[in-house]
Parts: sequence; structure tokens; C-alpha cells
Amino acid sequence: MIKKILISAVVALGLTGSAAYAAGGAAHVEDFDFSFEGPFGAYDTNQLQRGLHIYTEVCAACHGLKFVPLRTLGDDGGPQLPEDQVRAYSERYEVFDGELDDFRPATPVDHFPASALENAPDLSLMAKKRAGFHGPYGLGINQFVKGIGGPEYIASLMVGYEEAPECAPEDFPGSYNKAFPNGGIPDSCKDEHGHSMVEGSWISMSQPLYGDDVEYSDGHEADLHHEAMDVAAFLMWTAEPKMMARKQAGFAGVIFLTLLSVLLYLTNKRLWAPIKHKED
Amino acid sequence: MAGIPHDHYEPKSNGEKWLDRRLPIVGLLYNTLMIPTPKNLNWMWIWGIVLTFCLALQIITGIVLAMHYTPHVDRAFASVEHIMRDVNGGYMLRYMHANGASLFFIAVYAHIFRGLYYGSYKAPREVTWIIGMLIYLLMMGTAFMGYVLPWGQMSFWGATVITGLFGAVPFVGEAIQTLLLGGPAVDNATLNRFFSLHYLFPFVIAGLVIVHIWAFHTTGNNNPTGVEVRRGSKEEAEKDTLPFWPYFVMKDLFALAVILVIFFAIVGFMPNYLGHPDNYIEANPLSTPAHIVPEWYFLPFYAILRAFTAEVWVVQIASFVTGGIIDAKFFGVLAMFGAIIVMALVPWLDTSSVRSGRYRPMFKWWFALLVVDFFALMWLGAMPAEEPYASFSLIASAYWFGYFLIIMPLLGVIEKPLAQPDTIEADFSSHYDAKTGGTKTLVNPAE
Repeated sequence: MIKKILISAVVALGLTGSAAYAAGGAAHVEDFDFSFEGPFGAYDTNQLQRGLHIYTEVCAACHGLKFVPLRTLGDDGGPQLPEDQVRAYSERYEVFDGELDDFRPATPVDHFPASALENAPDLSLMAKKRAGFHGPYGLGINQFVKGIGGPEYIASLMVGYEEAPECAPEDFPGSYNKAFPNGGIPDSCKDEHGHSMVEGSWISMSQPLYGDDVEYSDGHEADLHHEAMDVAAFLMWTAEPKMMARKQAGFAGVIFLTLLSVLLYLTNKRLWAPIKHKED
Repeated sequence: MAGIPHDHYEPKSNGEKWLDRRLPIVGLLYNTLMIPTPKNLNWMWIWGIVLTFCLALQIITGIVLAMHYTPHVDRAFASVEHIMRDVNGGYMLRYMHANGASLFFIAVYAHIFRGLYYGSYKAPREVTWIIGMLIYLLMMGTAFMGYVLPWGQMSFWGATVITGLFGAVPFVGEAIQTLLLGGPAVDNATLNRFFSLHYLFPFVIAGLVIVHIWAFHTTGNNNPTGVEVRRGSKEEAEKDTLPFWPYFVMKDLFALAVILVIFFAIVGFMPNYLGHPDNYIEANPLSTPAHIVPEWYFLPFYAILRAFTAEVWVVQIASFVTGGIIDAKFFGVLAMFGAIIVMALVPWLDTSSVRSGRYRPMFKWWFALLVVDFFALMWLGAMPAEEPYASFSLIASAYWFGYFLIIMPLLGVIEKPLAQPDTIEADFSSHYDAKTGGTKTLVNPAE
């Protein structure tokens, strides 16, 4: 019976979990293999530092991370920069100080600045506010198996810039990206029902990464694929900085409660034994 | 209590006697905890304790979250991020609170469907059932308002859509909507009153839970056979029952611990699985999300709400008869609330003299179909409002109403029930090999 309840609970979760995304555009999100996936997954500190490097040199020109305190760059389970580096890094940014009524260099207690460009979304939570995987049929099974897919979406977007398909007019605004679901699509690329015939859509951000955009200090390869994964991993950390601590708490909870379940099972069994097997 | 004869609390020491003459609270707790409970209760009778745990979990995590949350449209979203990033253990508090709501609803649906199958709503337990339905309604209100507090896109647009429903009520709708929102649109006033009520409702629920427990302690628990406990004498009653402590407390705690293993796995490893990514985008009144979807636990009723469009003939008739007062939108609202009201009225819609579904051969199938129907509606509520989902929603909604309004009254007349055991004791010993005391045989493991 217990098994049946559990199965129905799991089915109920699977059936309903994030069932809402059936109708997303037909965009192509690749299932990248990140180190932080699954219950045992952990952030790769070096990768987060490389991602920070790309963010700083490329993304930060337009985008911000307004929810992320600079001091957390030194936190465990994050990029773990040493304290002096956190301080030095903070000084790259200028923040407005209400008390001084003027701008001053940032310190570790400040947050990253907000987006410099008005139509560039803040990236703090990008890895949690986008879903890479959907369905099938709104059942949420793909998301159960592969995860919601925010970081995969970001990495796919970085590598998703391609030559525009032939159906599109030359002067159509934006850049074609096969991973971008919600952008504009020229009418000439739609069939008679108004459905798009191309993968993805046109995004207003022009291609930010081409490969070898930065020179990693750890000498890691900086081709487009690696850069995309590094920045996606970094943005996963900015969205979920306490992931490692959370998984640890999850394990503690699961192990402790499993033990408790076993003890309670034995207690209950023993308690009921004389009632269930009465000698008449 | 319970009208079932059993031992009562006797104050022994002088101190106990002193207190008992002034406030018989120890006796009250003793009688509540030692209530004679049918000994054949199966594993579907564990949800009560899961629900009690959920209420406590939500109140405790909620009170701490409220210490760090700011109910203001400019700050709410940032204050939730502050909880997630800066507050010690804040990420666990928030994820437990958010997923705790889901556990709460999984448990309440299991609890309700258990009641529907075993006829727990039937005389003399109608009041328990009605109080339970009130608790369920309050839970939905609380959950809905709680989802608005993080002030994400789904918070904002969900609030806009749901409060808009009240605007569909003829004549007074606009006034009700304005009262709910504290203004013409979802704004700071809305967020503040939702925060206030989200804090209040759980305590009202806690009060109703006490009344709920009081009611079924007066009538005694139902059980899988639906056969009443013998009340002729204490000896007779003791053959059918066991005291709640320790027998059922231990059993329920074991079940709770197993459920919490799954709960902690979800909170620890996939805390956002049941949420909606759009709610990590700060609310923006100028940008409507492509799909506004409520949380999973509202989906069955959301599907019913959307099923009745202007093309449906029932809606057209209603509109014609009332001279347009009941339009498609209002009809949908009536259907959604009606779906819960028919469930609340089931004690009077079910005409069968047999309580438990176990002895109702035809009922079993219709009930199974109702469970399937419920999951189907849940799925349909998340799908876009287009064909073929619209037609499926209509069929599934029709079955929901048909079950309560036609099948339940009719079955009692045409169905020939199976023989029920004479006593709970007989049912219990048929499950366990009482003679040998050795190997036990589960006769009916499916329950």
C-alpha cells in the first residue's frame, strides 16, 4: 500500500510538475553536461571563475547582476576568490552612494551594478527564469529527468547564432538564433497557418561570443563551446548561490529521515505484532 | 468523547485533582489522545497527521520568512532574493515553504479522495466533511495569496486573472474586485492585503482543524469497512478498537517520516521543479507572459473554469434564459465554485445505504473514473486553451458534475451492494491469521 501511495505521489508530481511549457517555441536547446547536475553535482570553482571572467569582459558591458552581492564571490560553493581579489574586483565597478550623493568605487558589501543598457535583462536569475526543457505533452517528464534546463538554455543561446535561413529578408531586425524561442520571425518564414518553419527566432542581442574572446588565466581552452558552458555555469551560480549547501542539507535530511523511518517501522511492527497475531 | 465506551482520565495526585477541578485540560488531552480508534484503519488514514504536520511546517517557516520579507511592490522581489542569498538558511526556509504548499495539497487531495471512497462524509459525519471543505477552501485562498507575495510575473498575472474572476459576477462584481485589490488594478494595496490575509488565514485554518478533530472525535473515526464500532459495552468496543496512542501515532509517524524523505529529496535536489520559471522574473504590469498558469494544485478547477466557453450550448442556454446576465465568463466562475460545492454536498447527494466503497461493486468503477478525471483535468488545466484540449476539458468537467449530481444519487438506487462484515473485529482478523500467530497474510493489499 505504501508503495502505491508513493507511486501515486510521484506520478502526481511528474504529471503536474511545471506542466505549463507545452507551447514554447520550437527552439533548439542542447543538453549540455554540467558538473552541478543531479543530487551529487557540484559547482566547478575553476569553471565559475572562468565564467566570471567572461561575464566581466563581455556580458557586463550591457547586462547587470543587481541581486548578487560582490562579497559572495568569495563564498564557499562559489567562485571562491580570495578576499583581496574580491576587494580588487569590486573596485572595477562604480556605484551610486546615496549618502555621498555621488558615485564611488564599489566595495564587497555592494551588489553588482544593474544592467547598463535598458533593454538588456538583468542576469542574476537568468538560469532560473528560463526553462530549456519541456513536456512531453505538458507532463514535465523531460524536466524531471534532465532538469529545468536554465543553464542549458543560456549555453545553447551562446552557441545558437547561425546564418539566417533563406526564407528571411536581408533587413529583418535582430540576429537569427536557433535557441531563442520568443523573438520575432519574418512572415516569409511562416506557413499558411502562421506557424514558424524555422528553429528559434530573431534576437536583438548580436552574437556576444565567438570563441577566444578572452584569455583564461588557468590556460583552459576558450573555444565557443567552452566559453558558453563556463558563462552558463557562472550564471547558474548567480541564480542559485546556495546550491551546494542546499544539496548538503537535502542529503542530511534524506539520510536522517530514512534512518528515522526504519526505526519507526520497526517500532510500529513490534507494537502491532501482538495485536495482529493474537493467540486465540 | 466518541460515544465509544472507554477509560477516562482519573486525576490521582492532589495536584492533578486541584487542576482538574479548575481546568480539566489534562483530561481533555488524555481523552483526545486515547480515543478508541478502529483497529482496521489502512494506510489511507495517515494523511491527517501529514496535513497537521504541513500546517505546522507552513506556519513556522512562514513566520520566520515574514521576518525578512518586505511587502512592497518595489521591494518584495528583492527581499525574497535577500532571503535566498543573505539570510542564514533562508534558501531552505523558502524552498520548504514553497514545496510545503505542494505537499499540503498532495495530502489534502489524498485525504479528500479517501473520504470519498470510504464514505467518510456520510451520516453522522457530515459536519466533519463540511468543516473539511471549509479548510480546503481556506487553504486554496491562502496558497493563492502566498504565491502572489514573491511578486514575480506569475504572481502578478495570476492575481490579475483570479481577482478578475470576481469581476465577472453581475452587478456587484466590479465592487468586489475593487475591494479585493484595494484599487482598480493589482498594485501595492493588493500585495499588502494579501500579505496580511496570508498571515491570518493559517490561524483560522488551525482553529477549524480543532473543530474538524472535535467533530470526528464525537462521531468516532470511519474505517475501511464503514461498519460502526460496537458501543454496547466497553469490552465490546475494545474488540473493535485500539487507543490512538501509541498504536496509530506510531503508524502515522512512520508514514510521515517516509513521506518526508521524498519531501526533503525534492527540497534538496529539485526545489524549483513544481514552480514556474516565469516567477523568477520580477512582476511587470506592462508585459503579459505568454501563458498564465496557476500552481498545479489549482489546475483541475482552472480547467473547469476555462471549459465553459461561449460556444458551449449549456452556456448559451443559461445566457438566453437569464437575458445575458450569466455570460460565458460568469458561467465559468460558477462552474469552478460549483465543482467544489457539489463535492461539499456529497453527504446528501450519495443515496447509498452502504458507507464504504469496498462493498459497492458499481461505485468502485465510477470512483476510479473520478480519480482519472481529476488527473485529466489537472493536465488539461496546464494546456493551452485550444483544440483538442478545450473539448477534453468540457468532457472531463461534465464527468466531474455528472459523478456528484447524477451517478451518486442514482447508484444508491440501482446498485446491489456486497455483504459487509458484521464487525470491525471480523474484518481485522480476516486480514491477519489470528489462529497460528505466525505467518500473516494480507488478504487485501490493494487497500
